Amino acid sequence: MRHSDLKTALTDRAAKVFIGVLFSAVILVALLNLLVPVDSALHVSSYTVTLLGKYLCYALLALALDLVWGFGGILSLGHGAFFALGGYAMGMYLMRQIGDRGVYGNPNLPDFMVFLNWKELPWYWQASDHFGLTLLLVGLAPGLLAFVFGWLAFRSRVTGVYLSIITQALTYALMLAFFRNEFGFGGNNGLTDFKDILGFSLQADSTRVALLIATALALAGAFVLCRWITGSRLGRVTLAVRDGESRARFLGYRTEHYKLWIFTLSAVLAGIAGALYVPQVGIINPGEFSPLNSIELVVWVAVGGRATLYGAVIGAILVNYGKTVFTGVMPEAWLFALGGLFVAVTVFLPQGLVGLASDLLKRKRRTPPTAPQTTNKESPHEPA
Amino acid sequence: MKSKINLKRLAAAGLACGSLLYGSAALAADTIKVGVLHSLSGTMAISESTLKDTVLMMIKEQNAKGGVMGKKLEPVVVDPASDWPLFAEKARQLITQDKVDVIFGCWTSVSRKSVLPVVEELNGLLFYPVQYEGEESSKNVFYTGAAPNQQAIPAVDYLLNDLGVKRFVLAGTDYVYPRTTNKILEAYLKAKGIKEDDIMINYTPFGQSDWQSIVSRIKEFGGEGKKTAVVSTINGDANVPFYKELANQGVDASDIPVVAFSVGEQELSGIDTGPLVGHLAAWNYFESVYNDANDKFIEQWHQYIGDDKRVTNDPMEATYIGFNMWVKAVEKAKSTDTDKVAAAMIGMQTPNLTGGTAVMNKNHHLSKPVLIGEIQDDGQFAVVWQTDGLVKGDAWSDYLPGSKDLIADWTKPVMCGNYNSKTKTCGGQAAQ
Amino acid sequence: MPRVLILLLVLIGASGLARADLHEAVAGLGSRSFDDKAQAIEQIARSGDPQATVILDALESRELVEDRANQRIVLGEKGGDGWVLKDPISGEALGTVGSRDARPVVINNRLRELIHNLRAVAALASANPLERRAAASQLVGNDDPVVLDALRERQREEDNPLVSGVIDTALNIAVLRNPDTELAVRLNAIDAVAGSLEPAVRNVLRDRFSETDASSEKRAAQKALASIDARAERYQMADTLFFGLSLGSVLLLAAIGLAITFGVMGVINMAHGELIMLGAYTTYMVQQIFPQGHEWSLLVAVPAAFLVSGFAGVLIERLVIRFLYGRPLETLLATFGVSLILQQAVRLIFSPLNRTVVTPEWMSGALQINPVFSLTFNRLYIVFFALAVFLLLQLVLKKTRLGLQVRAVSQNRNTARGLGIRRERVNALTFGLGSGIAGIAGVALAQLTNVGPNLGQAYIIDSFMVVVFGGVGNLWGTLTAAFGLGIANKLIEPMAGAVLAKIVILVFIILFIQRKPRGLFPQRGRAAEE
Repeated sequence: MRHSDLKTALTDRAAKVFIGVLFSAVILVALLNLLVPVDSALHVSSYTVTLLGKYLCYALLALALDLVWGFGGILSLGHGAFFALGGYAMGMYLMRQIGDRGVYGNPNLPDFMVFLNWKELPWYWQASDHFGLTLLLVGLAPGLLAFVFGWLAFRSRVTGVYLSIITQALTYALMLAFFRNEFGFGGNNGLTDFKDILGFSLQADSTRVALLIATALALAGAFVLCRWITGSRLGRVTLAVRDGESRARFLGYRTEHYKLWIFTLSAVLAGIAGALYVPQVGIINPGEFSPLNSIELVVWVAVGGRATLYGAVIGAILVNYGKTVFTGVMPEAWLFALGGLFVAVTVFLPQGLVGLASDLLKRKRRTPPTAPQTTNKESPHEPA
Repeated sequence: MKSKINLKRLAAAGLACGSLLYGSAALAADTIKVGVLHSLSGTMAISESTLKDTVLMMIKEQNAKGGVMGKKLEPVVVDPASDWPLFAEKARQLITQDKVDVIFGCWTSVSRKSVLPVVEELNGLLFYPVQYEGEESSKNVFYTGAAPNQQAIPAVDYLLNDLGVKRFVLAGTDYVYPRTTNKILEAYLKAKGIKEDDIMINYTPFGQSDWQSIVSRIKEFGGEGKKTAVVSTINGDANVPFYKELANQGVDASDIPVVAFSVGEQELSGIDTGPLVGHLAAWNYFESVYNDANDKFIEQWHQYIGDDKRVTNDPMEATYIGFNMWVKAVEKAKSTDTDKVAAAMIGMQTPNLTGGTAVMNKNHHLSKPVLIGEIQDDGQFAVVWQTDGLVKGDAWSDYLPGSKDLIADWTKPVMCGNYNSKTKTCGGQAAQ
Repeated sequence: MPRVLILLLVLIGASGLARADLHEAVAGLGSRSFDDKAQAIEQIARSGDPQATVILDALESRELVEDRANQRIVLGEKGGDGWVLKDPISGEALGTVGSRDARPVVINNRLRELIHNLRAVAALASANPLERRAAASQLVGNDDPVVLDALRERQREEDNPLVSGVIDTALNIAVLRNPDTELAVRLNAIDAVAGSLEPAVRNVLRDRFSETDASSEKRAAQKALASIDARAERYQMADTLFFGLSLGSVLLLAAIGLAITFGVMGVINMAHGELIMLGAYTTYMVQQIFPQGHEWSLLVAVPAAFLVSGFAGVLIERLVIRFLYGRPLETLLATFGVSLILQQAVRLIFSPLNRTVVTPEWMSGALQINPVFSLTFNRLYIVFFALAVFLLLQLVLKKTRLGLQVRAVSQNRNTARGLGIRRERVNALTFGLGSGIAGIAGVALAQLTNVGPNLGQAYIIDSFMVVVFGGVGNLWGTLTAAFGLGIANKLIEPMAGAVLAKIVILVFIILFIQRKPRGLFPQRGRAAEE
C-alpha cells in the first residue's frame, strides 16, 4: 500500500473482506431477528442482537487500541477510561431523555440527583439535552483528555513502561473520582434505567437492530480510517517512531506530534465505542474505568494479533465470546482460561492468532510453488 | 471472482458461529426452571456465592418433597462475575434463552438497578434478598431484605432510647445505600432533637484499608462528653481494617459502640472478633436465634455444604423466605406465569427463621422483626433487643423530601410502584 | 446510678448474703430483661462470696450458660460437641449437653461496663501500680459518689505519684462538676487539672467556661483550655505524622519487592500483589498448623512466607518470564495472566471468603503516651519491620555475592555474561528474592487488612506508583517515595477526605512523571535508556 489514499483504503482487499464479513453477519442477524417469527428455529433473539452489538463495540475499542499500540508502540493501559468517558457522555443524554418518567417524576433532574437533594442540574449536564451536542461531547471528552495527557507526556518523552503505568494511574484516578457521589455522575450506581434514544424506545427490537447496524457502520468506518492512516505518510512515520523513536527524531520528525495525533484519534474512537455500548447494555458505571478492564482489552488485541487491525477485531470478538460461554458453563474456570490465554499468547504467539494463521498459510503455500501469492503480506511488521 | 468466493465462505463461517449463540432453547416443559443470578467470581463472590448455594439447597429440598405442582425444579446457574452490565446481560439470557420462570439474585444495589429494566421489559420475576436503601418498588421484583425502616431506624431508636446516645457518627462507604440510609437517618435524628453539631458524616471509598485518621477523628468526636455511637454502613472488605483499627486505638464498645448494617455472621467469619465484643449489628435474623426452624435450617445448611463451620446470615434467611413464598404462590396460582404469581404473592405468609411469620405486603416488601445483636467472641451475635412485633417494609422513606408522599401498592386499583398520594397520580411505570 | 451500693459493699468487703440468696441471684441472670440481670449482678457482687468473682468472670466470657432442658443457670465450658456443665456455686459436675442445648447468658454493653467498673474499683487496691493506674484512668469522669469515695480512700494511701496524679484529676473533675463547690475550691481545681489532656478535663472546663458567672473562673477556665488545646494540637500533628509514617511503611513493604523485580530486572510484575497475597495466606496456614502458638507464629510465618512466595516467584520466572526478557510490556501481560490464575486458585482452595488471621497479644492495643496521643502497636511494629526489611535487603545487595551479581546483570547484561556470571541462575534468584520480600509484606499486611483473594489487587497500583515515583532501580528512591506519599496522603486526608486525598496524590504523580519521567532519583547511564 504505497500510494495510499482513501480510495485505495476502501478498495484494498483486506478492507473489502472485512466489511463484507461484518455486514453479511450483521444483516443476517438483523433479518433473522426482525422477520423470522419468534417460535421459528431460525429466529435470532434480541438477546443475541445486543450481545453481538456489545462484541462489536468491544471490537471498535480494540481497533482503537491497536492503532496506538500496534502501530504507534504506545501501550495505553487507560483506554478503558476513554471508552467509559464516551459512554458517560451518551449515558447522560439517555438520562435526560427519561424526562419525568423517573421514579420521582421530576422533569428537571435525574432520579439520583433528586434523592441526593440536588437542587439544579450541574453545568456539565447542560449539553446532554441535545443529541447533537452529545455526539460532540462523545468525541470531545475523551479526545481532549487524551490530547492534554498526551501533550504533556509525549513532550517530556515519557515512553514505554512509564507511559503504560501512568495511563493506568489515570484511569484509576478517574474511577475513584466517578465513584464519588459529589461528582454528579450517579456514583457507584452510575447511569441506568434508560428509556429511549432519539424518541425510539430502547426496548424495541427495531431500535436494537438499528443500534447494531450503527455499531457495524462505525466499526467499518473506523477500520477504513485506520487502514488509510496506517497506509499514509503519517502511518509510516508512526511506524518508524514505534521501531526507533530516537532515530526518527534525528531524521527531523517531530515524533511527539505524530504520537499525539494518533493517540487522540484513538481515544476518540474508543469514546465512540463507549457511546454505542451504553444504549445497548443499558448501564454505565465507574466500574468501566477499572484498570482491569483496560488490561483485558490489551489481551484482546494481543490474542488477535496486533498491528493488523482486523486481528484486534477478531481477538475482541473471540475472547468475549469465550467469556460469555465460559461464565455460563464453567464459571470457576473462566479466570484460569483468561489467565492462561494471557501467558500463552505473550510467550508462544507474539503475533497473535492472525500471525499464527498467516504463518500456517505461508507454510502451506510454500509446498505447491504454483499457489497464488497473497497480496496481504506486509501485515506483521516485525519490531526491530 | 476469487474474493467473492471467499466472502461467501466467510459469511457461512460467520453463520455457523452465530448459530452457537442460540444456546439451548427450552425443550422440556415438565420442569420449572429457576434462575440463579449471583456472582461466583470477582469481588462480590465472597458474599454472593453463599446465596447461590442456599438457593440450590432449597431447590434440592423442594424436589425431595416432590417439586412444585408435581414438576421438578431445575436450577439454571449463571455467573455475572461482579460485573454490572453483565448482570443485565445474564438476566436477559436467563429469561429469553433459558426461559426461567423466576430469578433469585443480585446483591449490590447497582446490580439490581442494572437488572431492573430487563425484568420489567421481559416481564420476569426477581427475588432480591439483601437489605437495601429502599426508594424503589417494581412490579417484577420482590424485596425480601430489609428496607431502611426495618434496620436503620429501629437501630437508631435503640441507641437513643436504650443506650442514651446523644452524638452520632454516620460512617459509610461512598455508594447509594449508605448515602440514602444516612440521609434518612440525618432527617430522623434531627426530628428527634439531635443537633447538627452532634452528627458527623463520613464517607470512604470501597475497600478503604487505612482507617487511622478516621478512627482517631471518631475518638475525638466521641471524647466531648456526650455519649457517642457510630452508625456504620461501611461495606464488605473495608470492615476488617476498620474494626482492627478501632480495637487497636482502644475504642471500646462501652465507650463508643458501633452499630453496623452490613456486618453479619459471614463478614465476622473473616475477623478475629475478640476485641470487637459488644459492638452491634441490626438485622432481621441472627444465626444465634434459638428456635426449631432455625436449628433445622442450620443443620440442613451444614449438611448441604459439608462444613460445620459455615455460618448462616440474614440474606440467607431472606432467600429462604423468598423461595418458600414463591413456591406457595406458584401452587396458589397454579401457574408460573409472572402476573399470576405476583398477584398470588401479595398477602402471602410463610414462617421466618426467628420464630415468627413473614408477610408479603402490597408494596412487594416484607414485614419482618428487627433484631439488634452484640458481637460475641465466637463470631456470633447475641440478641440484646428486638421489636415487639413485625415492622412493615417501606418502599419509600417518610424522611426524604422527594419520597415522603410516595407509596407503592401493587393491588388494584392503584397498581403502581410510586403512587403520589397527594397528587393521586402514578409517577413511574403504570400498570397496563 | 442505682448500682452505687454494691460498689461500696464490695469495697468494704461486706458479706451479708446467704448462699440461698446467691442461688436466687444466679437464677435471676436467666431473666430476659437486662434491668433484672443488672440487679442480679448487684446481688451476686454484694454476696461477697468467693464464688462471686468466678460467676461474674464466667458471665463476661460467655461461660455462664442456660441449661435449656432444666431451665437453670450453670457454668458451662465448650468441649467436644457440646457443653460441659458445672454448678456455679458448688462447682459440682453436671454432665454434658449438646451444643445447642445450652446457650450463654446474654449480657450487653451496659452490664459489661458495670462488671468492668466493679473490677476497676477492686483493682484500685492492686499491688501493681500499673494496674492501679489503669483502674484509676478508667474511673476518670465517673461521677458516681461511691466511686469517688473509693478514689478518695485510695488517694490517702497512694504512694505512687503517677497513680495519685490520675486520681487527683478524677477527683478534681468531680469537684468542678459539682455546682455547689465554692469558687475558690473550683479555681484551685482548675489550676490543678490545667495540665491534663484527659478529654473529660476539657469537657468539664468547657462547661465551666460557658456556665459560670464568676469572671475569674471564666478566665481561669479559658486559659486552661487554651493551653490544653495548644498541647493537644501539637500531639495531633504528631499523630498525623505517625499515621503517615505507618501508611508509608505499608507502601514501602508492598513496593520494595517490586523495586527489585521491576526496578532492577525490568519485569513489570503484575502478579506482585498476588505474591503478597500468598504471604498473607501463608501466615494463615502457619496459624492453622500451630493453633496454640498465636503469640509466636508470626516468627515462623515470616521465613515461611519468604520461602513460599520466593518459590512461586522462581517458578514464574522459569516458566514464563525468562522467555520475555527485554520485552517489558509483554511481561506485563503475561504476569497479569499469572495473577488471575493465582487469584482464582486461592479462591478455589481457600474459598472466596476471607480468612481470620489472629493478632498476637503483643501486637494488640496501643502505646498510650497520654490521653490524646497513642501509637498502635501493630502499626509501630510494622514501621520498624519495614525499615528492617529494607536494610536487610540493602545488605544483601551490597554485601553478598548474589547482590553483586544482581547489580552487575542489571547494569549491563552482556558484560556480566562476559564476566562469567550465570545469568539464568541470577535472574531466577533475583526474581525469587523480590517475590519472597513480597511474601514477607503479606505477613505484615495480614495484620492490618483482609486475608482474601483480592488482597493483592488493592496494593498493586500503589506499589507501581511508589516505585515509579521514587525512580526505577533505586531502592532509596523507593523508600523516600513510600514515606513521602504516605505522609502527604495523611496530611491531605483531614482536609479533603480519603477519596480526594488519593485522587490528588495520583494526579500529582501523573504530573510529576511528566516533568521528571524517571522519577525522584533517576538512574543514570546507559542502563536507564530503554
